[in-house]
Amino acid sequence: MECHECQERPATLHYTQVINGHKTEVNICEVCAKEKGYMTYPEEGYSLHNLLTGLFNFDTSHVNTPGAHIKKEKEHQCPKCGLTFSEFKQIGKFGCGECYHTFSANLNPIFRRVHSGNTEHRGKIPKRKGGNLHLKKQVATYKAQLQELITNEEFEQAAVIRDRIKELEAKINQKEAGDSR
Amino acid sequence: MTLQNFMNEAISPWMREQGPNHDIVLSSRIRLARNFADVPFPIIADQKELEEIREFFKRHYEHQSFEEYQNFEFVSIRDLTAIEKSVLVEKHLISPLLAKKEGAAATLISDNEQVSVMINEEDHIRIQIYFPGLQLTKALNKALEFDDWIEDKVNYAFDEKRGFLTSCPTNVGTGMRASVMMHLPALAMTKQINRMMPAINQLGLVVRGIYGEGSEALGNIFQISNQITLGKAEEHIIEDLESVVQQLIEHERKARTRILEQSGMELENRIFRSLGVLEYSRIIESKEAARCLSNVRLGIDLGIIKNVSRNILNELMVLTQPGFLQHYAKKTLTMAERDILRASLIRERLQFEE
Repeated sequence: MECHECQERPATLHYTQVINGHKTEVNICEVCAKEKGYMTYPEEGYSLHNLLTGLFNFDTSHVNTPGAHIKKEKEHQCPKCGLTFSEFKQIGKFGCGECYHTFSANLNPIFRRVHSGNTEHRGKIPKRKGGNLHLKKQVATYKAQLQELITNEEFEQAAVIRDRIKELEAKINQKEAGDSR
Repeated sequence: MTLQNFMNEAISPWMREQGPNHDIVLSSRIRLARNFADVPFPIIADQKELEEIREFFKRHYEHQSFEEYQNFEFVSIRDLTAIEKSVLVEKHLISPLLAKKEGAAATLISDNEQVSVMINEEDHIRIQIYFPGLQLTKALNKALEFDDWIEDKVNYAFDEKRGFLTSCPTNVGTGMRASVMMHLPALAMTKQINRMMPAINQLGLVVRGIYGEGSEALGNIFQISNQITLGKAEEHIIEDLESVVQQLIEHERKARTRILEQSGMELENRIFRSLGVLEYSRIIESKEAARCLSNVRLGIDLGIIKNVSRNILNELMVLTQPGFLQHYAKKTLTMAERDILRASLIRERLQFEE
């Protein structure tokens, strides 16, 4: 039987619709069913997450011996939410923030695949939660600059940068002392 | 009642303004995924924990305002009818995934519908902000400020090395998905878009249809967004996306000029036939309606059709979706009934233009 809608593809969905006591037979194909809203927001057949799950499994194949591989998975369970690494690979989702630490050793290959070789964050640092991270990043930038200035023998400028680093480090220490109180 | 406002208008108030490159770019969107540090992600968390998050947002943000985003309406998904949920999805105010959630899923929507926050979707918090036309940088800056405003009260799951922690590894880092909705009829007509897609994908960007992942480009509307969220700063992600969008705009403009020069009469014929179909049909299915609307919009952009407003494409694309039609009819409709109502709404709307 061909699809009522497109009259091209074979009908794969058959059912009886009853609206206000009025019966209609519906025979349509999956494509039209989606389009016509008979299947509202269906689960995508092969979604990004299926693809990812595949990638994750592929990634663990670098573990040499099959025995060690199984043992490792058994040991890896997130202490906070209880998700195991094999469950993570299956569903392709983390259970909580702590999972990122628990499975940290196994994550780089996954992130590399998903994010074009990247494994570390370079973007926004949250204003409040980021705390001293902003200052620490600034210090790191200054230190690199300082190194360069010294190599180029621009000592006057280097002294200015050195003072700035001292200032920032004092600020960081002050804040950390404040936080721990 | 504000929910009623969201339901009644097919196009959001912010869409009425014209943004840069509005002849091709319909809208720019920034979405940020965030989570509470001390609560498991929605996939694992128990009902009680998610309910607390829902309550937290209701208590702190209902009827609050942030700059020009006024009077946030708090809506619990479980309080909505199936038709109301579809309408919010069709207007892109919530995702299909959130609409499917039961229990503690909720949303905050600003008066002008420019900002919406999805609560307990795949992540605890998903901030969405829209701008008309191509305004990615502006949208990003606003989104980041809004993010700070939320962070004032929420302890975010953030890690020095991995950035913002999200349930899905595809969002970790910035948690940002930037996307641009584009009307590319000439590139679609000449099939150039198919040839350009692999190159776009190589740059870490994805091209999708109007309703996101897996949907087709109904009405020649394409959504271009970033895939990579880790290892690049937000501004750089936006820069890359913007430069590809600029190129697409340029190619689309060139293709439009070329078609107009080489086969102007055929194009004019196609555009006016489409207008005719929309003006006189008694039964029209969504795919045909989308195709005709796209042609009519192209006709408006090229100055071939003069007395119809540009918004007709955005507006009728949403208005003629199944959820909206049923909301309008105030009852569930069969497919055949929807095709009839769709045709009649389109006729009415076009008559209103003249």
